[in-house]
Amino acid sequence: MIWRIEIKQKNGVFDPHRDSIQKSIEELGLTSITDVIVDRIFYLHGDLNETLVQKIADELLVDKITQDYTYTSNFISLNNTNDKEWKAIEISYNPGVMDPVEASTVKGIRDLGCQGVTSVRTAQKYYLKGKVSKQKLDLIINKVLSNKLIQHVVDYKQIEKNFMPVATDNKFELLLVELLKANDSKLKKISQEGQLFLNLDEMKTIQKHYKKLKRNPTDVELETIAQTWSEHCFHKTFRGNIRYQSVEGGKKKTTLIRNLLKSTIVKATKEINKSWCVSVFDDNAGVIKFDKDSHVCIKVETHNHPSALEPFGGANTGIGGVIRDILGTGLGAKPICNTDVFCFASPDMEFKDVPPGSLHPKRVMKGVVSGVRDYGNKMGIPTVNGSILFDEKFVGNPLVYCGSVGILPKDKVKKKVFKGDLVVVVGGKTGRDGIHGATFSSGELTDESEVVSSGAVQIGDPIQEKKVLDALLKARDKNLYTSITDCGAGGLSSAIGEMGQELGARIDLDKVPLKYDGLRYMEIWISESQERLVMSVSPKNVDKFLQVFADENVEATVIGEFVDSKQLGLFFHGCQVCDLSMEFLFEGTPRITKEAVWKTPRLSEPKIPLKTDLNVKLLEALSHYNVCSKEWVVRQYDHEVQGGSVIKPFVGRKNDGPSDAAVITPKLDSNKGLAISNGINVRFGMIDPFWMAASCIDEALRQIVSVGGDVSKIAILDNFCWGNPDKPDRLGSMVRASLGCYKAAVAYQTPFISGKDSLYNEYTQGKKSIAIPGTILISALGIIEDVSKTITMDFKGHDNLIYCVGQTYDELGGSIYLDTCGSLGKNVPIVNFKQGLKTFQALTGAVKKRLIASMHDCSEGGLAVALSEMAFSGGFGVSVRLDHVPYKGKTKRNDNILFSESNSRFLVEVDPKNQKKFEKQMGSVPHRCIGTTEKTPEFIVYGVKQDVCLNVYLKDLKEAWKAPLRF
Amino acid sequence: MAAKQPKVIVLRTAGTNCDQETAFAFKSFGAKVDCVHINQLINKRVKLNDYHILAIPGGFTYGDDIESGRVLANELCLFLGLELNQFIADGKIVIGICNGFQVLVKAGILPGPLTEVEELAQDHSQKMTLTHNDSGKFEARWTYLKVNNKSVWTKDMEDVVYIPVAHAEGKFLVKDNNALNQLESNGQVAFRYSTRTGARPTYPMNPNGSSEDIAGITDTTGRILGMMPHPERHFLFHHHPRWTRKKNRTKFGEGAKIFENGVTYVKKNF
Repeated sequence: MIWRIEIKQKNGVFDPHRDSIQKSIEELGLTSITDVIVDRIFYLHGDLNETLVQKIADELLVDKITQDYTYTSNFISLNNTNDKEWKAIEISYNPGVMDPVEASTVKGIRDLGCQGVTSVRTAQKYYLKGKVSKQKLDLIINKVLSNKLIQHVVDYKQIEKNFMPVATDNKFELLLVELLKANDSKLKKISQEGQLFLNLDEMKTIQKHYKKLKRNPTDVELETIAQTWSEHCFHKTFRGNIRYQSVEGGKKKTTLIRNLLKSTIVKATKEINKSWCVSVFDDNAGVIKFDKDSHVCIKVETHNHPSALEPFGGANTGIGGVIRDILGTGLGAKPICNTDVFCFASPDMEFKDVPPGSLHPKRVMKGVVSGVRDYGNKMGIPTVNGSILFDEKFVGNPLVYCGSVGILPKDKVKKKVFKGDLVVVVGGKTGRDGIHGATFSSGELTDESEVVSSGAVQIGDPIQEKKVLDALLKARDKNLYTSITDCGAGGLSSAIGEMGQELGARIDLDKVPLKYDGLRYMEIWISESQERLVMSVSPKNVDKFLQVFADENVEATVIGEFVDSKQLGLFFHGCQVCDLSMEFLFEGTPRITKEAVWKTPRLSEPKIPLKTDLNVKLLEALSHYNVCSKEWVVRQYDHEVQGGSVIKPFVGRKNDGPSDAAVITPKLDSNKGLAISNGINVRFGMIDPFWMAASCIDEALRQIVSVGGDVSKIAILDNFCWGNPDKPDRLGSMVRASLGCYKAAVAYQTPFISGKDSLYNEYTQGKKSIAIPGTILISALGIIEDVSKTITMDFKGHDNLIYCVGQTYDELGGSIYLDTCGSLGKNVPIVNFKQGLKTFQALTGAVKKRLIASMHDCSEGGLAVALSEMAFSGGFGVSVRLDHVPYKGKTKRNDNILFSESNSRFLVEVDPKNQKKFEKQMGSVPHRCIGTTEKTPEFIVYGVKQDVCLNVYLKDLKEAWKAPLRF
Repeated sequence: MAAKQPKVIVLRTAGTNCDQETAFAFKSFGAKVDCVHINQLINKRVKLNDYHILAIPGGFTYGDDIESGRVLANELCLFLGLELNQFIADGKIVIGICNGFQVLVKAGILPGPLTEVEELAQDHSQKMTLTHNDSGKFEARWTYLKVNNKSVWTKDMEDVVYIPVAHAEGKFLVKDNNALNQLESNGQVAFRYSTRTGARPTYPMNPNGSSEDIAGITDTTGRILGMMPHPERHFLFHHHPRWTRKKNRTKFGEGAKIFENGVTYVKKNF
């Protein structure tokens, strides 16, 4: 029997959610809705009577102080659109989609002694006041109240049917794929129809393999191969061959690159050869030494495709996934902080400009932020740092980078599966969700993706993952297992395949705990249901292991064994459904050669009138979406949980200035810390991806140097998000970025310890294809010896000296300034690595000697923005002379000096009493005192001709910076 | 008889996430601290009676799925009610921070009986709640708190302290004005959001819209404290968001006194 309980806010109780929904409706251009009421609905299924339902409502579901409720088991009386004044719509999750509230509600009900409850679903009922046509109502339902990929409008006649997913076929039938007889076009068709995303070469290789075996593959075998060989899991592009043709200054050069990853990123790390690198490009995350007992690890992932379709769920499961990477590093690390970087189209975009099948960028942004907030906060992992960028080309493909840092004891880095170890799956149950995520993210999105790929969209359950974390660290410290891998893309298929690669595995798919009946063996095997990990446990420890997990209320189930067969064997209903050679699975993929072309784009520098009002330009730069305050977002993230916060996202007199790198102490009783930063700049890449990559590395390092970190103790990560690599121009620019990574990493002696790529970020609509601008994110992790010596970017006093350290060049290409003038430019900032390294080292020394009161790096918006931020954060004015700024360039113009985004530059505040020592410490590094901090809250800058070129009140600068994203 | 070493139980369950730093805070003042899963208490593998201080830390127990703290509150009442009553009757002390405060309020442990009549009737019904912030969002920000230093936990604290909040459901609401007046006249309001100088705040200084700016309350004895702000997050000097602007460096931050008070109280009284 199903009971429905509807919970209302009492009269007079303020409901903040009403306003936000009404506002979102207004943003659609619909002003006729004058009021919104949101009720919460619980559907309880099971052996329950009226008395029990009342008890459950009174004692569990309803807060007597603020809420009232009604209940019924008779749905005939209910309907959705009723009277003239109010429209009512009820929205619920689709059957099979995780309802995050279900598990705890069922537990709460059983705690009350009502064991009869079998399942719970929730819904929201919206009452909208005002006249609205059917068509407009549909618009509200689709654009504001629900996402049809995961939710539906409740039909009260279908309650029973929609409660649980319907079993498709309970009858077991082993399916074979007719491959042996297939010709080329048939092979292509098999790949396409099965959503395998395998190309013809690969299909033919598989065909050849099965011809040798003289049989057809089972569907699950073919699917396992597709998952393992997918771009997402195998990184075919980075590991394959590339014929790279570059055209620079009319000169053509062609080179054959064998394995781009090994010949750039990994090569740099090998050459740098730092003794503190513990595990690089090997495990789920890169591991470096932290202190005498512990190591730290870091990983950054992307979850772009799912976030495009269902922003909350996509970002939610993205952050959940990267946290599991940390849990699965070594024998398990404890996550200590997260970092997130997003790229969206402009939140101001007109609805008519949003391509069909895509969500509006503002909705994407709000959903992504909520998804990250929900998962990170609930797991108790501080989100300490991040960035948000905007460019219209991200409209079909937003980028969602999720990073996580962990700590683990140094004797828990090595893992090894032994023959006879049991295969144990822990955490969430397996459902039909997330089918085809790995292969789906290895293809382009189209306007139909939202229909065909709905299975790839999921909602996460952070509390499930938190429970897994608690239990697994306990089991780890008791040495109860030998190896661990998280279930990410590809689900059990990828995790068990990877762990059993050397030995072989035998799995009973019947034993995998399921969310509901009726799953086929194939679905069980490739489902990407969240919050699951696979562990290998010696039979002698298995009882203790299972007890640890039971004590934390985490499901752990033995589903098979690692056997020395070199085969992957899957069994279902006593029948073998897969018998696949591990060697073929992991080594059999054909090496492909892709074409790459790089041509220097034809660009020019714009002519900007000398008379431009720079006051206006500075305010525009501060209000640029890529520069302005992200406080609205950041305050929703818990950035202090775990108690290790040292430098927060916001610093300064009013806690609202943008700090550089975040600093935390992973161990509360020690002052040893970590600094975390990111470098990203898509506009540089539109001019030259090589210098984009180098500049991003420079930026990530600068931020750590700005808080007092030492460049010799920084590890970095690369994360490539590109368009379709089968198109030579896209791949060419990616190769060029990789070369930039190599060059900069070696020059700065900062090793890459992990990385990731997400390709095919293109959106195809008919014949039109929108690719994202090739985007590289560099994340940096630095070791801080003593956090009590770190510094922040806000000016600390008046009458202190302001130094500009590092050389400014005529490099406005890709700058924020030119963007505010509607142009891209040509002179992209390059990096003088030798000079940069010397600058970093000199400043680190100055911080150690405590000669610096505050420091900030110059990045987007150049010197002018950095100086403004230091001033309004600290609450002190400035008086500065541009003719003192160390500058090399043909045209010595005020705007060039103020807004050029040249690399390796810093602004430094120095107490006059330390002047001599500071200058001595800087030595031959370009530096000069450019002015002083002032008591009066005015920002005054004298230009190259000693004229006043900027004169603005601090409060106006700050407001310009804070206003744009104050949603 | 003075306790040799005060023993603190930090209660955990699914979704608890401030247990480690809360334990660290008590340990720093010499307490012995165990972080214990509620299953261990329910199974009687660990006895509440063996401890002097019960701390319910912050987090999202059971995801705050139905409403914040509700499922754990029910678990406490249904499965550990007797032990907990005994613990309180023995004069031992309890602190609930953030989600822990939500749990204490929803379990009726705070504010407890407000009048003599309620005291006689052992009325532990829920009289107050903590609900969604007026802003409709999770808010992580620093707040000034005006301190009523008359309780065991808040003794000798500065008049105004600076401690961060991080919650989505921290708006304190009382069922009626009588209960609110009673709470005030009993001196049970331990912390109020305020300005830097202790004056009445507006948003965001009152980050959630709480009635009478209430941020934390005690029971009538002052031995049970619940508060939305996180004192364990201003435990060390460098937790202060502006520590780099401060001249005089100290070891501890402004929330540390609360933990010290708890430990000292046990040392003196047990």
